[in-house]
Amino acid sequence: MKIDGVPIDLLTKNMLLATGNVLQIFFLTILFSIPLGFIVALARGSRFKIISVPTRIYQLIFRGTPLMLQLFFFMYGPYYLFDIGFGRFNACIIAFVVNYAAYFGEIFRGGIASIPKGQYEAAKVLGYSKFQTFMRIILPQVVKHVMPATGNEFMTLVKDTSLAQVISVGEIYNVATNASSRYFSTVPLIVAGLFYFIMNTVVELSFKVIEKKLDYYRT
Amino acid sequence: MLLKAENIIKKFDDSLVLDGISLEVKEGEVVVIIGPSGSGKSTILRCLTQLEQVDSGRIELDGKLMVDTVDGKTVYSNSKILHKLILDVGLVFQNFNLFPHYSVLRNIVDPQVKVLNRSKEEATKIAMELLDKMNLADRGDSYPCELSGGQQQRIAIARALALNPKILFFDEPTSALDPELTGEILKVIRSLAQEKMTMVIVTHEMAFAREVADRVIFMDNGNIVEQGTPEEVFGNSVNQRTKDFLQRYSNS
Repeated sequence: MKIDGVPIDLLTKNMLLATGNVLQIFFLTILFSIPLGFIVALARGSRFKIISVPTRIYQLIFRGTPLMLQLFFFMYGPYYLFDIGFGRFNACIIAFVVNYAAYFGEIFRGGIASIPKGQYEAAKVLGYSKFQTFMRIILPQVVKHVMPATGNEFMTLVKDTSLAQVISVGEIYNVATNASSRYFSTVPLIVAGLFYFIMNTVVELSFKVIEKKLDYYRT
Repeated sequence: MLLKAENIIKKFDDSLVLDGISLEVKEGEVVVIIGPSGSGKSTILRCLTQLEQVDSGRIELDGKLMVDTVDGKTVYSNSKILHKLILDVGLVFQNFNLFPHYSVLRNIVDPQVKVLNRSKEEATKIAMELLDKMNLADRGDSYPCELSGGQQQRIAIARALALNPKILFFDEPTSALDPELTGEILKVIRSLAQEKMTMVIVTHEMAFAREVADRVIFMDNGNIVEQGTPEEVFGNSVNQRTKDFLQRYSNS
């Protein structure tokens, strides 16, 4: 089947293959940037300036510059500086993780700050250790609190994977632009848009389910 | 003497909140602290429960030293002793501070299991007995947000009692409640008093203070102005500040 001279079945097949890459970027970024984001949030709230200030500067840099430039930086920077490289895909993952951890750090910091002081005090008087207090009392409430903002980030991440093409990591947008120029048609771009839209619909529905599951209590 | 606090000084920034206050509580005694807001009532409770660190003074509880000031140096005991001291005290907050993500039952069971290493069965049994005592045996599976303030506060009392504290502190336990709900809390405290639970209660409920207290303490400006039996303090207080305070209360 062809639309506007574009063989749709072939295009869809190529895009589905590229989707594998997109999902890899997506899940690897989530896997590493969320724990790292928590560390960033805790470091940011540290009493020690030697920890909190550098963390803040890191967040400022990675939230304050385009992800596209960060991709270039991790792709080519190591070659110029140390004459070694991470490889295309690894550089891509590192850039995404470092970038998203900066944002997650901010979201989690807000979540941790939103827990009333009384929760810490009650836990302390009951004899919970600091670690128990954080893991058992604070963290579960933080998770519920940051869910909407985290869902936002997940959706942005799906779309941001299209930036990986600047360092030639094959993904949907890459396939779309190639097909678009080969067939002189905007149809591949529209199809690409549909792919992102479908993935994000899944993300949105998943978060609805999770938020509903966490709805058994109110703070 | 179960609790002995001597010459406690606590400053917040530049303001002196506790001005060398000393306080002793005997086993089985019910002490009620009254006084205007800002007089340091809550702060003394927070110091005794380690939520605040004193700037100087000496606190001893059940024969264990929490903090002492020697030659101008204030030193807290090591963390092991401080942890033991935490287990000796219970604190009931004005705002309950139940854990909202835990069911009622789990609010009472979890600290027993995680802090005292009781088995889950034993902890659940203790929790159920306490819930029964609080007239909330049927609410174990509820979440705190589904309960009234009075019910939440009773859960908070049960949670504190489950750890068998030697002394129980109440920081304005009825101040966040609608007037019609304060009665149920006062009833619980009254029955605890009958069981000879050692308690220190900060409250604005004067009639209740008069009824339940073995000893009433009137605090102002970070120190004890007057103390004695309810009859002495409410009946014929000798201090002008106490008189003025009680006067304002009976007028309102």
